[in-house]
Amino acid sequence: MSLRDKLTEIKQKGLADIDSAVDLKKLNEIRVHLLGKKGPITATLRGIKDLPVEERPEVGSYANKIRDAITQAVAAHREDLEDAALNKQLAAEKIDVTLPGKPVAQGQPHVIQQIIDEFVDLFLGMGYQVLQGPEVESDKYNFEMMNLPKNHPARDMQDTFYLSKEFLMRSQTSPMQARALEKHDFSKGPLKMISPGIVYRRDTDDPTHSHQFHQVEGLVIDRHVTMADLKGTLLTMAQKIFGDRFDIRLRPSYFPFTEPSVEVDITCFNCMGKGCDVCKHTGWIEVLGAGMVHPNVLEMAGVDSKVYGGFAFGVGPDRFAMLKYGVDDIRDFYLDDVRFLDQFDKRGN
Amino acid sequence: MKVSYNWLKKYLDLDMPAKDLAEKIERTAVEVDSVDVAEEGLKKLVVGHILSMTNHPDSDHLHICSVDVGEESPLQIVCGAPNVAADQKVIVALPGSRIGGNVKIKRSKMRGVESEGMICALDEIGFSKDVVPKEWADGIYVFDDSVPVGEPVYHYLGMDDPIIDLDVTPNRGDMLSILGTVHELAAIYDQKPDIQKPVVKEAADLNAADELKASADETLAKTYKLRVIKGVKVAPSPAWLQITLWNAGIRPINNVVDVTNYILLKYGQPLHSFDKDKIKGNVQVRLAKKGEQIKTLDEEDHDLSSEDIVIADSERPIAIAGVMGGYNTQIDDQTKAVALESAIFDSIRIRKTAQRHVLHSEASQRFERGINPDGVEDALNEAANMIQELAGGQITKGIVTASEYHPKLPTIFITAERTNHVLGTDLSLSDIQAIFDRLGFISQQADDGLNVTIPARRWDIHIEADLFEEIARIYGYDQLPATLPTGRQTIGTLTPAQKLDRATRHALEGLGLTQAISYSLTTATKAQLFLMRQSKLTKLLSPMTQDHSTLRMNLLSGLLDDVAYNHAHKVNDVALYEIGRVFYKDSDEQVRPDEVAHVAGVVTGNFTAASWNNHVHPVDFYDLKGIVNQLIENLGINGELSYTATDKYPEMHPGRTADISIHGHYVGFIGQVHPKVAKQFKIKETYAFELNLQTLIELPKSDDQYHPISKYPSVERDISFLVDHEVTNEQVVDLMKKRGGAYLHDIHLFDIYEGKNIPAGKKSMAYSLLYVNPRETLKDEVVTAAFEKIKKRLTDELNAEIR
Repeated sequence: MSLRDKLTEIKQKGLADIDSAVDLKKLNEIRVHLLGKKGPITATLRGIKDLPVEERPEVGSYANKIRDAITQAVAAHREDLEDAALNKQLAAEKIDVTLPGKPVAQGQPHVIQQIIDEFVDLFLGMGYQVLQGPEVESDKYNFEMMNLPKNHPARDMQDTFYLSKEFLMRSQTSPMQARALEKHDFSKGPLKMISPGIVYRRDTDDPTHSHQFHQVEGLVIDRHVTMADLKGTLLTMAQKIFGDRFDIRLRPSYFPFTEPSVEVDITCFNCMGKGCDVCKHTGWIEVLGAGMVHPNVLEMAGVDSKVYGGFAFGVGPDRFAMLKYGVDDIRDFYLDDVRFLDQFDKRGN
Repeated sequence: MKVSYNWLKKYLDLDMPAKDLAEKIERTAVEVDSVDVAEEGLKKLVVGHILSMTNHPDSDHLHICSVDVGEESPLQIVCGAPNVAADQKVIVALPGSRIGGNVKIKRSKMRGVESEGMICALDEIGFSKDVVPKEWADGIYVFDDSVPVGEPVYHYLGMDDPIIDLDVTPNRGDMLSILGTVHELAAIYDQKPDIQKPVVKEAADLNAADELKASADETLAKTYKLRVIKGVKVAPSPAWLQITLWNAGIRPINNVVDVTNYILLKYGQPLHSFDKDKIKGNVQVRLAKKGEQIKTLDEEDHDLSSEDIVIADSERPIAIAGVMGGYNTQIDDQTKAVALESAIFDSIRIRKTAQRHVLHSEASQRFERGINPDGVEDALNEAANMIQELAGGQITKGIVTASEYHPKLPTIFITAERTNHVLGTDLSLSDIQAIFDRLGFISQQADDGLNVTIPARRWDIHIEADLFEEIARIYGYDQLPATLPTGRQTIGTLTPAQKLDRATRHALEGLGLTQAISYSLTTATKAQLFLMRQSKLTKLLSPMTQDHSTLRMNLLSGLLDDVAYNHAHKVNDVALYEIGRVFYKDSDEQVRPDEVAHVAGVVTGNFTAASWNNHVHPVDFYDLKGIVNQLIENLGINGELSYTATDKYPEMHPGRTADISIHGHYVGFIGQVHPKVAKQFKIKETYAFELNLQTLIELPKSDDQYHPISKYPSVERDISFLVDHEVTNEQVVDLMKKRGGAYLHDIHLFDIYEGKNIPAGKKSMAYSLLYVNPRETLKDEVVTAAFEKIKKRLTDELNAEIR
């Protein structure tokens, strides 16, 4: 048998042994045996010195090929064995993916805050600034500057918590109109602001009344701001906050600080305008008051009403939240029952 | 104001359903509360004629009536009304009918006698007892003889008339009358109403001036007029008048008083009728004198204030002007002569008087909202005519006038350009003029605009803007285009403070706390708990309840109330925060409190829910401290954050509370709510913090928050040692920082232990120290040298026993 044939035999037997190795340990033994210094290849190659010199390189190169083939076969079989071992391990590691995840602590904004933030973000996008004012207001700003002089009958409409003759818990965010008008420098551009905040009324708390609730005031004053702009702004607000399917309508109303004054209705949430008990079969729900700022309000704040004018509106986030979610008791917003608060949108809009 | 549709139809050509009319009113003028047709829901109620009546054999008050209801044979109906009698025409509920309150009437037996239906009183078929005339109050209603037998009753009781209840805004006092509403509808539907001016039929030989003299303080009554009607005979009013009144929610009284109420409804002009013969001497309009009293028509006694306007005769007050007449001069069955008053009283005084005496009448409501000065005399004249027609007698000649006022009608100049500029419309001057024509306002072209003269009946219109409203609503708000403001650009952005407020909220929510909103008004006791500075209380002058009487000076008491509410509803795990204002006052003299934004949080129970793989532990001080730390870190405030043990808050656990300061500025506190306070609030072990958010917002922020990460490997060394129990973490960390060398980057406490295997009074602490050199690879011997130095200092200075 030639040296070459011997090597071929070693290879064939070796490959067969590798294939039959059942675990990595066995495979390693085979590898060490075949390729090691005491292995059959090394032993066979010792006979190379008996060959003619010109044949030696050819046999040497053949031996190297066989070593490579064995090395590759070992590597391939090792990978197979490792895969099999891993698969076995993975099969043993199988878990019940339907078991609950670990609870994490996460808080969320109050539902009224969510509504306020929606207003704020929407109006920021329309170039409004956000102003905040004092909750303890003077009679001057809360009433007189809003065209509600002492003895005005509309003062009965909003019974107020007074701290003294002069100071009171603001009954509306409207005083922020006067405060903003007084401060604004019209040479630098129009006044466009919203002012969210807490207001107070001397009411007995019941499902539809709360002595504390929220308002968002809006005000736009420039050289040319129209009632059509008011309508468009409120329509945008309704559609961005509630959805494009919603429409608004304006109805005449009365506020001392706007003229013309309107109440604004929005398509009924419950029936989408078809008429139901919620909207008293009108298809509409009253959501806010608005109007063109009364010249007296502008003049009292030092703004020339012949040059400047614009609109104002006041929205109640509490009412919006009640309508949007169907909450039927305003007091729920101030009890802070965790089960109540946790239900609302967690996306943090 | 309850407006009868049928009454409106007398002046206007209206044929739309009442609901459509109401909607039109709502969209153009004032809100509509309801549209009601009284007959709706009623069934099978007919006029019956009692042919004969016998007593019930087994009852002392029931009667057996044979009633003709227009069918072949009469019905036998048992009736217990005290006023039932033969030959009356009455309301009969037939078998199978439905009466008021959705009650069904069936054939039945009453004490053994069959009754085929029921003879009804007005309140049994849905009338409010408040409007039922006295003569029918305690029994069945009896029609006058002209009503046809067998017909449904509704028309003969006005129950088929749709009643539109207007919710009139304070500026539209003109619509508190039929004529005012007619003018409004005439404008809406572009019609010319048919309104006749009354012509009074005076007796030639009787002079009012001979009967009565009157004087008035013109500041109290701009207009004060009286007429005298002599020889009247007081009796119930005819059915049509009674129906008109009860449909408006007013109880019919007699043919004199009813006329005054009818005129009040028609003109919006309150009238008052005195029994002229009971007036002693002259009539005067004046302020009440101190100590004067009056019994009003409702038989209530009132102590008059010297701010009340009264009508007085020479001896005593005989009416509270504009509010209610006096009992002493009221019209009664014996009245022969009537003094009829038509006036305009000062609206503010009337409002205050009505409030003071809690007497809000139909009259006072109208005087408060304003009176059409043009209608005072017409109302008086028409009332005199009606009284004469219904109660007979003669109208004496002339009007006794104590004061009189004819306002100059305002003229307002308006242009199309200005109108369109404000409304965003594209109206021409003739469009605008057409609207004024519809409103009945006289307008004349002048220059490029219109001079508009406002009739006296629209006393709410004074300025250009008022006319814009008239134009807009008659033109129709639905027709206004919807646009967005154009013009100079503005940038909408939150201020740095507003951003920090948001950041605070987002941080706390991310850390597991849910936002709460509690009440700013609380009890005086709760207001002054958890005080972060000295402050006086701010109290409401007239609170609704003591629970909400005082402005809070802390947020925590509100949050503890919230915890208590949750605990009471079996919710034990609560983690809440609130951002809101507290109200401080330095002295009692300071009226307006300082408003300071705070943020506070409470946690109690388990922070996360127990679960199959979540082994929870009840929250403790350090859970909350971690949250506060993270919050303050997020805000990026410059300077060192430090916690100092304090026992200065009586509401907090003296051993588990710390003052929090940043760079030496006190910003708030954290700790466990004192168990005694927790008990008072009925809450479990609770941890809380309150911070002055305003200070957090105002403290300087580090804008430069970026430091390059070292490219060279860091070296970590752990150290563990025993120290006395009293040694604090802060002492250890301070020492390490001071003596740690230039490369000590971070100190991390990873274990603390007391108890078994540790000598009493000692504790074991273990820290991991991280060394970093940003410029080159740290050499082992450098770190070792620094580490050994710390060991030595701990041993020397804190008597630590290195393990």
